[in-house]
Amino acid sequence: MKILVPVKRVIDYNVKVRVKSDGSGVDLANVKMSMNPFDEVAIEEAVRLKEAGIATEVVAVSAGVGACQETLRTAMALGADRAILIETDVELQPLAVAKLLKAVVDKEQPQLVIPGKQAIDDDSNQTGQMLAALLGWPQACFASKVVVNADKTGAAVTREIDGGLETLDIKLPAVVTTDLRLNEPRYATLPNIMKAKKKPLETTTPAALGVDVTPRLKTLKVAEPPKRSGGIKVADVAALVDKLKNEAKVI
Amino acid sequence: MAILVIAEHDNAVLKPATRNAITAATKIGGDIDVLVAGSGVAAVAAAAAAIAGVSRVRVADAALYADLGAENLAALVVANAAGYSHILAPATAGGKNFLPRVAALLDVAQISDIVAVESADTFVRPIYAGNALATVQSADPVKVITVRGTAFEAAADGGSAPIEALGAAADLGISKLVGRELTKSARPELTAARIIVSGGRALGSSEQFHAVLEPLADKLGAAVGASRAAVDAGYAPNDYQVGQTGKIVAPSLYVAVGVSGAIQHLAGMKDSKVIVAINKDPDAPIFQVADYGLVADLFVAVPELVAALG
Repeated sequence: MKILVPVKRVIDYNVKVRVKSDGSGVDLANVKMSMNPFDEVAIEEAVRLKEAGIATEVVAVSAGVGACQETLRTAMALGADRAILIETDVELQPLAVAKLLKAVVDKEQPQLVIPGKQAIDDDSNQTGQMLAALLGWPQACFASKVVVNADKTGAAVTREIDGGLETLDIKLPAVVTTDLRLNEPRYATLPNIMKAKKKPLETTTPAALGVDVTPRLKTLKVAEPPKRSGGIKVADVAALVDKLKNEAKVI
Repeated sequence: MAILVIAEHDNAVLKPATRNAITAATKIGGDIDVLVAGSGVAAVAAAAAAIAGVSRVRVADAALYADLGAENLAALVVANAAGYSHILAPATAGGKNFLPRVAALLDVAQISDIVAVESADTFVRPIYAGNALATVQSADPVKVITVRGTAFEAAADGGSAPIEALGAAADLGISKLVGRELTKSARPELTAARIIVSGGRALGSSEQFHAVLEPLADKLGAAVGASRAAVDAGYAPNDYQVGQTGKIVAPSLYVAVGVSGAIQHLAGMKDSKVIVAINKDPDAPIFQVADYGLVADLFVAVPELVAALG
């Protein structure tokens, strides 16, 4: 079976973001960009399913500016067989991405789509669920374990929920979004990075896929969160208890 | 304007996060209906009807909603969405799971994890792990929103809304719950606790995590949390995790023990009223957000603290 993995190019998770002084957004000029960490987990899971003989092909897909090509090359260095870039300069919101992915799914006919559970830039946690809804497929979000049935008509997926774990039996085709504990993504080796340059990367556009990607939400402003006032260091446990009892009055 | 709030529950008890979502709904303004879908949920519906500000409770009580699966729940909400300008759910694992599905079926955007209501169409939400706050305006006919519980007070009792039954939608039959494995805990729930004692990688082992933190938590009547490093190392179960990828908490007192204070973790707790850090590394980033910092070996300081609390 074929697996489709959507990947997003985001600000590297180690970067301390700076809000622009005019309140128009976050400063992304000359900032290191990387693949969204949850998407690395998704690629890893797809590649492991291929190595286990369950999947036959892993296709990575990304939507956004031309530089998303680098993210797709990374996905191919990690084991994806080929890639699709949906190129646009328009700001893409989750509903638009879900519609673009649906168009790709209609064409590619994968049995499994594995998005990350959320992107660390907009923190929306919506795209996978929206894609499942548009396709009328079952969804298993925040997965920490995926077992595809031998006949490949279904899968048992363990999900992380508040208070513990739950296991779902879902029919394929389906959308499974990854949680961090699903696996430990591998590193791309230099030979694989070289090989990834030769793997096919197809480019298309929202217009070619017949999808209107106009943003539905307008960002009026982006602000810094209120700063915490600088705290103090106490000398010992007795001083700490005294502060908590008499100054902060929280115990 | 009418607002639909989807109740979160486990078929027996109404989850407190629902009350925070109802408070967010009152800030938008309009009649507030609460939808309770599940199996054997009479007690949940009664609890929802008693909350001040609720106009009506609509109950879909059927076996197919017992699992609260996203597919059937979303279909039910969409079938009953007519007449509502806003559809809200708490931003819990449950709300995050099914509500985007509702939004896509209605062909509208979802506004995730709001922390403030500016007006009926404008909301504030954190982005970049809480390092920026975005004010967004929706032009969609229906605003589909998840609410960050810790940003809104819990709605109190004092109402007596009528309860009406809703018919069940057809079972889609594409997903089935096989089993749940819940972490047993006698302590307060993490997201609702007034005090949280949280441990990091420095605890060193699962045994020490429990042996060091639990006496302190018991003394303070606190919930126990953990950093991602502590969870990944197997010291604590993953539903203890506080952070961008775990739970977002805002207790009165957050005690971070042996937690370095990575961005990911801070995103989950920096709205706490008072933060205490106990760490032997004086340069740990946690001290930049801590109101009271104690540079000390946690294996000495925490038992001392327990003793000092008498």
